[in-house]
Amino acid sequence: MADEPQSKAGDGVGYWKANLRLIIILLAIWASVSYGAAIFLANPFYNIPFFKINLAFWFAHQGSMLVFVVLIFVYAKMMDKIDREYDVHE
Amino acid sequence: MSVEVLTYIIVGLTFAAYIYIGYLNRVKTTSGFYVAGHGIPPLANGMATAADWMSAASFISMAGLISFLGYNGTFYLMGWTGGYVLLALLLAPYLRKFGKYTVPDFVGDRYYSNTARVVAAICAIFVSLTYVAGQMRGVGIVFSRFLGLPINGGVAVGMAIVAFFAVLGGMKGITWTQVAQYSVLIVAYMIPAVAIAWIVTGIPIPQLALTFSDIVPKLNQLQIDLGLIEYAKPFQGKPMLDVFMITVALMIGTAGLPHIIIRFYTVPSVRAARYSAGWALLFIALLYTTAPAIAVFAKYNLINELNGKTVAQIEELDWATKWEKTGLLKFEDKDGDGVVTLKAKADETEITIDRDIIVLSTPEVAKLSPIVIALVAAGGLAAALSTAAGLLLVISSSISHDIYYRLIKPDATESQRLLVGRGMILVAVLAAGYFGINPPGFVAQVVAFAFGLAAASFFPIIILGIFDKRMNREGAIAGMIVGMVFTMYYIIGNRFFEMDPWFFKVSAEGIGTFGALLNFVVAFVVSRVTPAPPPEIQELVESVRIPRGADHFAGTDYE
Repeated sequence: MADEPQSKAGDGVGYWKANLRLIIILLAIWASVSYGAAIFLANPFYNIPFFKINLAFWFAHQGSMLVFVVLIFVYAKMMDKIDREYDVHE
Repeated sequence: MSVEVLTYIIVGLTFAAYIYIGYLNRVKTTSGFYVAGHGIPPLANGMATAADWMSAASFISMAGLISFLGYNGTFYLMGWTGGYVLLALLLAPYLRKFGKYTVPDFVGDRYYSNTARVVAAICAIFVSLTYVAGQMRGVGIVFSRFLGLPINGGVAVGMAIVAFFAVLGGMKGITWTQVAQYSVLIVAYMIPAVAIAWIVTGIPIPQLALTFSDIVPKLNQLQIDLGLIEYAKPFQGKPMLDVFMITVALMIGTAGLPHIIIRFYTVPSVRAARYSAGWALLFIALLYTTAPAIAVFAKYNLINELNGKTVAQIEELDWATKWEKTGLLKFEDKDGDGVVTLKAKADETEITIDRDIIVLSTPEVAKLSPIVIALVAAGGLAAALSTAAGLLLVISSSISHDIYYRLIKPDATESQRLLVGRGMILVAVLAAGYFGINPPGFVAQVVAFAFGLAAASFFPIIILGIFDKRMNREGAIAGMIVGMVFTMYYIIGNRFFEMDPWFFKVSAEGIGTFGALLNFVVAFVVSRVTPAPPPEIQELVESVRIPRGADHFAGTDYE
């Protein structure tokens, strides 16, 4: 990707597609820890121990929030790279 | 030195600091007044956003709410943090690129419609006004609980402080005050949390103590023995679908709240807006991952200290008698067996614990120095004042910028606009104070309103405005109206007219999810059968999608 940065400059459609792809991947993770692990899979995950508590409870009261924080910083970092690749950075 | 004197000293010192910071950051331009001149570094904006976000209710009541809800308390935890991911990925960078002052500004410009602008401005005022009344009340309550002052006096003091730094400093003054307020509130929250974690589990880090000590299994067993819910088991009392709908509504409501969105206008660049959202959530998560831990430790501790004791034994506990006097803790040996017992049913239980006790009594239960108790009072006040200030700015800017400047007097001079902006903050403070002193009966019900409306009105049309170039004026207005009317109808019907929650038994707090979905669908369909937006609007959408040139609007018609 980074080996031919010039060719992508001015490719507005490509930039937007790269952004959307990243957003979709990160939101899929966002939904699977919150709505997945802590809600729709909560009943099966309730039976899986996680140290002294159950896995569903950990996601519901701790884990999903930690993942949220990481997701935002990952997005910011990856977008720094994509912005430069397509030469739209500030 | 008595706790009261210490509290006066610490609260007085923090208030003096807020006033001083507000004075240092007084502004002379509308850009400074509305968006702090786009000059706030991302980390500082993250702290300010966290303080803006965490209200008196987050600070005082949330851990208590969770301790009674158990597992299902997750809808507050995930609901009030997950929205920041949506903000960071779907809203903040593009709105920062757009760069203008308010949310109705974006709605009005993107949908080339003053009708949309006015609807958005009224929505913003309504959401913020309902929210701010609760904050002023919170200030009064903290004063009365910690210092024994009348609630109204506390509200008046709070009004004076907020008015001072918000009128002088606008967004810039508010932002830097919020940075200080975040520091106060997080220290005040963490010290008692670490202490009680250490006492109850032997592990001083609350988050680790929750997962790695055997406190949760012990609380589970204790609750089951008493006939209460099994604490860490999902969906006790609320079904899965309702928990899901509430979580989604709170998440998208968060992402649609104007006082949070405008914080991202204050940073220097699009890149800064992305990182700033990360810092904001990190600072919020510090408190939000601590709250469920306090909920468990404090509940376990309270049950252990109180349940099965004789009335004479309880009278020996200083903190128990103190909080009993405030009415937040009640003991009554109803069956006359000489001891008080906690029971599931409200009419049978002999110990009644108000949820606010969970946070407020922790320093005393953990036998911490009176300085910590004073600090908790200052923290609660910081949380309430910082949230109030952010909301007041939205009310002021909706009237003075979106309505007065954009609609009534577009040729107003810079100094006229600044004067109206300052005047409107003062009016908003007085209105908020009035509702704080005379709380309308519905204050407790309005949280559902604020989030439901933000979710069903702003969130979908802002997202569509950025991600769907074909979205037009007709679609946006139709979507906003249908989403709002449905959501308001359901919440008002459910909360005030005893209407059954007929929509799959979803509660009022969760219906905004469906309102937002309706908004999306109606907007999409209507936009496809009506004319495409004009070319300059499509260019505007192109431009907000690309980071470069974020300071484009600075120096044009706005400076």
